[in-house]
Amino acid sequence: MIDPLWWLILAIGAGTYLWRGSFIVFGGRLQLPDLIRRGLNYVPPAVFAALVLPGLVRLTETSQLDGPRLAAGAVAALVAWRTRGTIATLVAGMIVLWVLRALGAQLFG
Amino acid sequence: MVAAISPFGVTAGVAGLDAGIGFELTMGFSLIVFAGASQLAALQLIDAGAASVLVIVTALLINLRMLMYSAHLGPHLAHLPLRWRTPMAYLLTDQAYALTISRVMGNEPPPSSHWFYLGAALPLWVFWQLSTAFGYWAGTAVPPSWELGFIVPLVFLALLVPAVRSRPAAVAALVAGTLSVLGQGLPAGLGLTLGASAGIIAGVLAEAWWRDD
Repeated sequence: MIDPLWWLILAIGAGTYLWRGSFIVFGGRLQLPDLIRRGLNYVPPAVFAALVLPGLVRLTETSQLDGPRLAAGAVAALVAWRTRGTIATLVAGMIVLWVLRALGAQLFG
Repeated sequence: MVAAISPFGVTAGVAGLDAGIGFELTMGFSLIVFAGASQLAALQLIDAGAASVLVIVTALLINLRMLMYSAHLGPHLAHLPLRWRTPMAYLLTDQAYALTISRVMGNEPPPSSHWFYLGAALPLWVFWQLSTAFGYWAGTAVPPSWELGFIVPLVFLALLVPAVRSRPAAVAALVAGTLSVLGQGLPAGLGLTLGASAGIIAGVLAEAWWRDD
């Protein structure tokens, strides 16, 4: 049996191709409505914030605030802001996480 | 530029492993969707057990910007036959757009602009596939205690920070982030999609508010 996830991937791929091809392949001639054009400016900050924050701040009853992850995220945000570099951000965040985990294991392990 | 996308490709591979969907589906994502941020978001939602509709809506919302790129590049590629434009649309990415638009904007498009576009887009595609495969392999080689999956939120952080470059954008991020944290108790994925949608609306409203000042 085919994994149903393939259909999900195909749907996302087809929809994304529709966006990509809208004006290049399907020859859209209409101007994008002004409201959509303005809304598109705010897709990146809104979507990325909604993806990042729940990973760092958990409010569910079962899982508590994960200090090392929060601190690693804060340091990585600072590095991203100062350097604008993706790799520097990833490296800084992972190193802070590993160091704090190791320290935590030393102190409480 | 090509090197700059590889951390995202590697992350797509790690995220596929983290979500436990297997190597074929992870590569399927990179081959069929070929758009990093939406792939990562979709994998995160699948991992959380979100409804398919939410996964598709969120991924397509993230990729909506391709519509804007397509609208900008379309006129510059309109002279090409359809058999050229069909694969070219598939290869459209943030980076291919950014490289090409800076070259064709402002003056008459040179007749060779499609070669320039392909020269940017094809290496990006190859690197994307290779780095996804590498990320998946690296993820299996590294012990789980390293929490390699944490690079997924870090990648989004690296995308978020430069995206907040105006006051309305900060409002959009703040509203979306707050609501998505508060919405964690909702069925999987709903908090993310609702929070992001509210953030976009808040950004548009904030822009109108500050313009009227």
